Amino acid sequence: MTLLICVFAAIIATIKWYKRENDNMRLGILCFMFWGASLMWLGDAIWEYAELHEKFFTPKPADMLNDAFLGLSVVAFALVVWLIIVLVRDPKGTLRKALARK
Amino acid sequence: MACFVVPAAEAVVVTAAAYVMKKTEEKKAAQTAGGNAADLAAGERKIPWSRKLRWLSGLLWGGALLLAYEHVWHGEVVPWFPFLTAMNDPADTAAMLQEMATIGVTMAGIVTGVWVAMCLAADAIVKRSPKATAEKAPV
Repeated sequence: MTLLICVFAAIIATIKWYKRENDNMRLGILCFMFWGASLMWLGDAIWEYAELHEKFFTPKPADMLNDAFLGLSVVAFALVVWLIIVLVRDPKGTLRKALARK
Repeated sequence: MACFVVPAAEAVVVTAAAYVMKKTEEKKAAQTAGGNAADLAAGERKIPWSRKLRWLSGLLWGGALLLAYEHVWHGEVVPWFPFLTAMNDPADTAAMLQEMATIGVTMAGIVTGVWVAMCLAADAIVKRSPKATAEKAPV
């Protein structure tokens, strides 16, 4: 479930990156984070499948819920990291202007 | 338990390699600045290695960061020494090292493999003529 949520987040971030008009929002950072984590969780899933076989595809509802909760919080964490990077770099100078205003 | 440590270690090495490569390319570019126009045009159609290595370090750092968060979530990483809870018990440490050698190496291998495919695809796209790209575009 965590892997699935992360893959969907990676796909959405990549589509947004492809359709961007400029690089102000640094969407590449989000793509790297989500795709990197998705590939790593894929590696984890391969080993889990090798251990559990068909049981891998029939997780308990409680485990699924916990994994979904983790997946969503991973996405939230990545978005917070990305937002901090964008605000610190402040490519459009919006934050600087807002802070300089008396 | 600490599988993300392997891709994180690779990320450190790749980041250092990207930095060294960037410096080498800058030096080379300064030397060839007076070169002929044909060489410069050929160079424009190539993606520099430093940029490709930055893609790999981006994937590795990004993935390792989110996996580190997952390990914090599961209580396997703590903000105090020795940071990995598996280090407190020798049996857990052995299991952790086993996990790093299997799952961690697989993770690093998959990311690196995808990056190699990404570089090959990127080179092919850059080499494609603008006319061929336009022809592939939907009407």
